[in-house]
Amino acid sequence: MPLTRLLPLVALLALGVFLALNLGRPQQATIRSAMVGKPVPAFALPGLGDRPGLASADLAGGEGPVLVNFFASWCLPCRVEAPQLKALAEAGIPIHGIALRDAPADIAAFLARHGDPFVRIGRDEQGQVAIAFGSSGVPETFLIDRRGIIRLQHQGEIRPEHVAEILAEARRWR
Amino acid sequence: MSGRVALAALLLAAAPAGASASEPAAVDPALGTTPLADPALEAKAMRLMHELRCLTCQNQSIADSNADQAEAMRALVRSRIAAGEAPEAVRADLVARYGDWVSFRPALRTDTLALWAVPALALLAGGLVARRLFR
Repeated sequence: MPLTRLLPLVALLALGVFLALNLGRPQQATIRSAMVGKPVPAFALPGLGDRPGLASADLAGGEGPVLVNFFASWCLPCRVEAPQLKALAEAGIPIHGIALRDAPADIAAFLARHGDPFVRIGRDEQGQVAIAFGSSGVPETFLIDRRGIIRLQHQGEIRPEHVAEILAEARRWR
Repeated sequence: MSGRVALAALLLAAAPAGASASEPAAVDPALGTTPLADPALEAKAMRLMHELRCLTCQNQSIADSNADQAEAMRALVRSRIAAGEAPEAVRADLVARYGDWVSFRPALRTDTLALWAVPALALLAGGLVARRLFR
């Protein structure tokens, strides 16, 4: 009998241990976009200065997949990935940029300083296109196949070891 | 309060007409920081904003967060509620982009059944234990 009487206490202790362990765990999950596998959302963004802007129609129907890179001049990791974007562009993948919540002068200064690998640039001043992509911050890079389907979301800066992976995915979705 | 409504009206009037015509939904960026002029619509939008999760400052609702992206999401919610869209349609659209995670109110489906059933089962079990202890 004492065993069954102790059962609630044991259950309570087990719950306490479970809660204590999980409360101590930092809760910063990476939220993946649910748009991977779906068509790119419809959008049309103004360009930088006299350069043409970027619209969803520019992303599909090319010779192969393209990359869309969300960046901002105020974003430190965006500077870190600049050489990798250059490498991807040199490997033959067209890269389009979407500048998130950024002023034209700041974008121009950022590109002058860290390089400009972009075919087209769209300015997402209000951040609504980022929401449409299911993006949760900068930098983020999406791979879009030539039928206009989002195939890959890379969150955070592209580090040198990621370049080969992204190239492999681009070949896969050719 | 009337001052805020007046400010909202002023900002709405000052927003450039057709500036966002090329975007998927006509979102008025001013609505990220100013409530809707109609109190009933604002209450509707507010109820939904309290149940949507901020992406950058996790575990805060977009109604409570100062993050830029939360502001953009508030502008989206208010603009679409003001355009006559149902709150559940706006929620469904955001879930389609960010997954279940973005909503604080989980959907009732077969794979979320356990989530909804556990509180009821726990209450039942607790009730049975209490009855045995205090009879």
